[in-house]
Amino acid sequence: MNGDIQTVAWKEWKSLFRQRENKLKALLTLLMPIAVFAVYVPWDAGTHWTSGGTSIYAAIAIPMLIVLLTVADSFAGERERHTLATLLASRLPDRAILLGKAAFSIGLAMAMTLVILAIALLTVNFTHWEGELLIYTPKIVLVDLGLSFLIALLVTGAGVLISLRSASVQEAQQTLAAAVLLPPTILGPILLLVSRAKPELRPRALLGHLGETGGLMIFFGLLLLLAIALFALAMARFQRAKLILR
Amino acid sequence: MPETAIRLDNLTRHFRTVRAVNNLSLDVPAGTILGFLGPNGAGKTTTIHLLLGLLEPTRGSARVLGFDSRTQGGEIRERTGALLEHTGLYEHLTAEENLEFYGRIWRLSPTERRKRAEELLTNMGLWDRRADRVGSWSRGMKQKLALARAILHNPPLVFLDEPTAGLDVLAAQAVRDELAALAGSGITIFLTTHNMTEAERLCGQVAVIRNGTLIALGHPDELRGSSAARVEVVGSGFDQQLLGILRARPDVTAAEMLNDRLSIETSADADVAPLVDLMVNAGVRVEEIRRGKASLEEVFLTLMEEGEDSE
Repeated sequence: MNGDIQTVAWKEWKSLFRQRENKLKALLTLLMPIAVFAVYVPWDAGTHWTSGGTSIYAAIAIPMLIVLLTVADSFAGERERHTLATLLASRLPDRAILLGKAAFSIGLAMAMTLVILAIALLTVNFTHWEGELLIYTPKIVLVDLGLSFLIALLVTGAGVLISLRSASVQEAQQTLAAAVLLPPTILGPILLLVSRAKPELRPRALLGHLGETGGLMIFFGLLLLLAIALFALAMARFQRAKLILR
Repeated sequence: MPETAIRLDNLTRHFRTVRAVNNLSLDVPAGTILGFLGPNGAGKTTTIHLLLGLLEPTRGSARVLGFDSRTQGGEIRERTGALLEHTGLYEHLTAEENLEFYGRIWRLSPTERRKRAEELLTNMGLWDRRADRVGSWSRGMKQKLALARAILHNPPLVFLDEPTAGLDVLAAQAVRDELAALAGSGITIFLTTHNMTEAERLCGQVAVIRNGTLIALGHPDELRGSSAARVEVVGSGFDQQLLGILRARPDVTAAEMLNDRLSIETSADADVAPLVDLMVNAGVRVEEIRRGKASLEEVFLTLMEEGEDSE
């Protein structure tokens, strides 16, 4: 099984920068987050980037962006390019196909997050040098990496489910983008309004007695549960007989 | 490998109200090429999907290489190769990378993968283009590569779904040559095709299906032999009266006049001599007589027409 997962991930890796029409897109995908989250934001945030938690924006945005771009292409793309039936006719187990593709998307998202956090550290040290090396606090590293993994897992699960129902890569990407961005876009202002009107309902007020770490643990736990539920659903739906009929 | 590579027993698959495959029963002996013929929508591709365990039958069963397609699909796919409706090639990857990917899937060692890819690409005349992206290739080349991918792991049974469809004459001939070479290697091939010449040339057994139902099965010669024979008479003096007399005979199924030719279809075992006597006595000047069996294409068309009439 492990070998099969690696084989599928190997093919995804080979395919990543080989699609001629996507070369510019791939380059922009690589350069845009570097410019924003590895140069501009850390430069602007200064020491707050390494110890104040600003880097959490990168830990959320980077995996979201990478998975959004890769997972739809990986799943809906197989159907759009008429390669899915042949793949399903091979000896690969359903689970190996799903996990190989998911592992590739999550792995790439994590790698990209790490690279961006590393470049951002160089940027902060270069632009805000005060005689001693600025490094991330252990808590920031744990939160950033844990959060980026959970976000990647969550978006991958949603991406698989959406891709299975989409006729094309474009449709899958658009639907996934809407599914990922709409909840915070709608919920954000609502929460802001509620917390202004009733300060006692602010998350900090509600969870204050748990402390920062406790609050984070609860948030991570909820995210993990949601990600596992979505991924389990994706695994249940990803079956040959269902895929071949679509 | 069992003596019977594929055994279908009342295999049936419904899609809501549509009976895509209906009570299909047949045996395919190991080492033969079965031509699976039928018009578009007859149920050929669905049958392949059922045999590969990609779909579950609604009723009946299929055993492929001794494995039940309903419960042992994985075992079947482990031991078979397939070239389906589309080539299934990754067009942005090179030919070598496509074979490398499937070589890894079939768990060939790196040495085996390289050796087998070189052997197949060389045999199919694709070795010099191995580093090109497949997307830049002609359709015939892609089809040959897809065939190479299907047999990369030396499976004892291969499913080929219309491998020459949409190819030009030369490309189709090149693919047919590859199939003929494969046939000589003892592999069992389940071949769906629209091309009757291809079926006639390659297949040891032909099954004809219509609306998911098997309507004929046998060696191409048997099928041709069981249908009407044709007699073509070149000469002069043909008239409507003679046509009427010929058509009234029980051994003549059809008679048609085309300029200086008379085309007569007779039952398979009809004797031609009395017909010639009849024509000579009626004043016909016979210059040439050609006798032949119906082609597989004519047999196929007749079977389709009979099917339409019976509906």
